[in-house]
Amino acid sequence: MTATMTKPQVAGGDGQARGALARSVRDSLVVARRNLVRMLRIPEVVIFGIIQPVMFVLLFAYVFGGAISIPGAAAADRSAYREFMMAGVFAQTVTFATAGASAGIADDMHKGLIDRFRALPMARGAVLTGRTLADLVQSAVTVLVLMGCALVVGWRIHEGLPKALAAFGLLLLLGYGFSWIGALIGLSVRTPEAATSAGLVWLFPLTFMSNAFVPTNNMPTVVRHIADWNPFSTTVQASRELFGNQFQPVASDAWPMQHPVLASLLWSLLITVVFRTLAVRKYRSATV
Amino acid sequence: MPGAIYAEGLVKTFGEVRALDGVDLDVPEGSVLGLLGPNGAGKTTTVRVLTTLLRPDAGRAVVAGHDVVAEPDAVRHNIGLSGQFAAVDEYLTGRENLQMVGELYQMSSRAARARAVELLEQFDLADAGDRPTKTYSGGMRRRLDLAAALVVKPPVMFMDEPTTGLDPRNRMLLWEVIESLVAGGTTLLLTTQYLEEADRLAHDIAVVDHGRVIARGTADQLKAQTGGERVEVVVHDRDLLGTATEVLHGFSKGESTVDQHTRKITVPVSGGAKLLAEVIRELDGRGVEIDDIGLRRPTLDDVFLSLTGHVAEEKSEAQDEAEPRGAAGGKGKKERG
Repeated sequence: MTATMTKPQVAGGDGQARGALARSVRDSLVVARRNLVRMLRIPEVVIFGIIQPVMFVLLFAYVFGGAISIPGAAAADRSAYREFMMAGVFAQTVTFATAGASAGIADDMHKGLIDRFRALPMARGAVLTGRTLADLVQSAVTVLVLMGCALVVGWRIHEGLPKALAAFGLLLLLGYGFSWIGALIGLSVRTPEAATSAGLVWLFPLTFMSNAFVPTNNMPTVVRHIADWNPFSTTVQASRELFGNQFQPVASDAWPMQHPVLASLLWSLLITVVFRTLAVRKYRSATV
Repeated sequence: MPGAIYAEGLVKTFGEVRALDGVDLDVPEGSVLGLLGPNGAGKTTTVRVLTTLLRPDAGRAVVAGHDVVAEPDAVRHNIGLSGQFAAVDEYLTGRENLQMVGELYQMSSRAARARAVELLEQFDLADAGDRPTKTYSGGMRRRLDLAAALVVKPPVMFMDEPTTGLDPRNRMLLWEVIESLVAGGTTLLLTTQYLEEADRLAHDIAVVDHGRVIARGTADQLKAQTGGERVEVVVHDRDLLGTATEVLHGFSKGESTVDQHTRKITVPVSGGAKLLAEVIRELDGRGVEIDDIGLRRPTLDDVFLSLTGHVAEEKSEAQDEAEPRGAAGGKGKKERG
């Protein structure tokens, strides 16, 4: 081990001046690539990430499905529930990426990697942006595989490809916003183990107190209001409309249910902006 | 002119605990400062402030000519940090880790790739370069971590307990790398609990305890400050301990100690090796048979003990917490030891 070192040179602060934005984009992509390479090297994580929603599809379609009647669909129409619930499973799948982000960031903190990154002259938000971008890619792949399964059990796109792509985009945007919540959780908990459960536990009430798996018209009033304004319901409703998976116009007159596409877009952007700001601030002062 | 690393009155509190209580440092360009102290003394906190990871509550620090609070990015361009935990991604290969760090130092992809190859070669990791680092031994990981800190050949390096937990062979290997680095002109701040390490690598030593620098100087100066050399004699026959003590008293420059159980007499002396011959001659003349005799210069252990009143190494958490100054234990945790 002969380390022949040349005399080091003091680099100027902005000697290698790049545009701040260009630096931010490149650093984020470097970190995103790192996280994607990791995912490929631990394929179990990706595979279980796909198995879980597929299991949900089968459970809901064949176990609960028969007991739930969908407004506007004939009671005997067994495929109606499968059409109805699929948007819910897609949305739930992208939000569950939150747990991946929180566990990943917490693990990086624990291993000292966040310290290493923070001592490098890189863009402030790049470590977190890189992570959330990698999660976005994973969510996209998972949802595409899931759509394939959905087609097999009888789900269909009725409104044409452009609208279907718009629904896909809205779903991913929701997932992206949620992965920033995950990043914030990952920076806030002490151990990677805690991050996994802290990243998941609140998602169950959030995704079930919604229109995702059952119509909201039979819920108690309070719960129905929560469900109508739930950002998660909004995206589910938007996807349902864009895929053409509903049998009659939604009964609720709450504003997000009447304008689900716009509401979904606004909710997801709001979540992204708020939690990105909080997470980046937390990252800058992060100490283990 | 302030040195490559300069700090003045650094204070950092975590809740009730004052982790740094006014730390002053000045490390001239091209030299090595050893920051020596027990767990929880404030070594890691000092490094975290100087490497822009932690904002000080008070005080000022300048690294490579840039203020750590006002121009953190300029500081980051000029430093390398290698910590206690080998901070590398275990699922990336050695090559991918180094390339990523290079790119995040804002090198072009091509330059980062070339530098990774160079570093793998230098650190004896070329054969393992395309394996995920999960498969590396502890020593290999530590080497990779150090290589990552050297990607841009930074003029100022910080190493936080670089050899903690390494076996002697790997420790020696890392020492060699550090020495060649310093020979190349790098300014280095090194924290350690191992007095031997500070003695070997550092030009100057700052002893830290309870968030303050309590002594500084070269290893020799610190040793001289603690007191000079001592003669240690182990007498063969316990009955002759008295006679031997009498003899040694004649050479003593201070208080001598006699350990009945080990039959060992220790006396402070001055006069070096020549004196040792005289002691042996006189003991022989009085008919005292000896098992062992030696001239002992104070080690940094002795220095540490005399300065702080406690031993530097082997200080367990439990002992920490048992101390009346409960703060020490809390600090240890905050700092991750």
